[in-house]
Amino acid sequence: MGLTAAEWTVIGLSLRVSLTAVVLTLPVAWLLAWLLARRRFPGRVLLDALVHLPLVVPPVVTGWLLLLLFGRAGPVGGWLEASFGISLVFRWTGAALAAAIMALPLMVRAMRLSIEAVDRRLVEAARTLGASPLRALLTITLPLSAPGIAAGTMLGFARSLGEFGATITFASNIAGETRTLPLAIYTGLQLPGSDGAVARLATISIVLSVAALVASEWLVRRGGNGQAHAL
Amino acid sequence: MRFDVTLRHPFGTLGSGIRLHSDAALCAITGASGTGKTTVAHCIAGLLRPAAGRIVVDGEVLFDSDAGVDLPAHRRRAGYVFQDARLFPHLTVTGNLAYGERLTRAGDGWIGRTEMVDLLGIGHLLDRRPATLSGGEVRRVAIGRALLSAPRFLLLDEPTASLDGARVVALLALIERIRDTLPVPILLISHAAAEVDRLAGHVLELAAAPPASLDSRAPFA
Repeated sequence: MGLTAAEWTVIGLSLRVSLTAVVLTLPVAWLLAWLLARRRFPGRVLLDALVHLPLVVPPVVTGWLLLLLFGRAGPVGGWLEASFGISLVFRWTGAALAAAIMALPLMVRAMRLSIEAVDRRLVEAARTLGASPLRALLTITLPLSAPGIAAGTMLGFARSLGEFGATITFASNIAGETRTLPLAIYTGLQLPGSDGAVARLATISIVLSVAALVASEWLVRRGGNGQAHAL
Repeated sequence: MRFDVTLRHPFGTLGSGIRLHSDAALCAITGASGTGKTTVAHCIAGLLRPAAGRIVVDGEVLFDSDAGVDLPAHRRRAGYVFQDARLFPHLTVTGNLAYGERLTRAGDGWIGRTEMVDLLGIGHLLDRRPATLSGGEVRRVAIGRALLSAPRFLLLDEPTASLDGARVVALLALIERIRDTLPVPILLISHAAAEVDRLAGHVLELAAAPPASLDSRAPFA
């Protein structure tokens, strides 16, 4: 399959954006998953709803909310610009942020399920052996929920690759900077004579997404054979 | 005084208070199912907070509701051998044994690793995963893991439950040897009268019927 230089740029950009999004979201998602799985605190239900918001709200609306917050005139965006000269709106970092927000709920869900599946009785046993709550978390809960964490990460990566609405609203559609795979396909559809390009990019998009999905399923299956239960 | 425990909490169906005072090497808490034996064990180990009471083991105050003392479980260091063993599935037998051992200070332990492996007869199991062990083997590894964590005391919850005749005999002999050779205080939870009478120097019986106070008795021997 012969890809043009522009198409390679698109693929490279998509991978960079998605990897960045997922790597940065990983610790946040895990912390949220643990909080929701194991802790009781006032506002827990609200936090749960907030985390799931990007799943149900139209992506364009999420993009608009990002603009309000992180745009040049927004509270966070304005501060970033003034203090560090960082602008997210027309940069690949903005595309990564949009992808991260959209991937977060899926990652939190998957991780939360795997943390909940870890038998609490094992954590109790660790405590009686002298492990502090933090040590028990790191030596028992974390390793036993690791397959779920990996699966959630793969799922988040797949979602990031496909992110469109929030990206185009927040980061715009700038070639080489924010024109990820889905945006490139959309742009191609607007231009007459780009059928070949569209077909190639769409195929790659499908292949990448399916590969990530299969990897995610395999990880869940591999880790979920009663491994997390007390014997 | 090895065990000095006074607790007020809803135990089982009708019990609400227990008193256990003894210097015996092995004390037993006995009673039919549902009388709250495991609840008592959880309170002593720090996994459950009783309504009120005082728990002192070997002179150390672990819990005192009047004085506001409540040591968290990982500081009470009850060598709890659970009824369902609870070996860590992601670690080998060696990894399980080392889990608590790793958290001790040198010289703190009751028994060395090699001695303990010999005592329990688990040398041939060291590289195995818990999922591949038999019921009796799991129990022995659990006891080893608890012993190696330099516990303040051993807490055995129905150690012979769901084991067959020969294994029960072997395990009881093992517990006897631990009782007689190591100075670690032992608290045994069991509903099997024969076991309790054989091993315990002091027995607390939990009853479901309502006498207001539940006192300990010395065994007939």
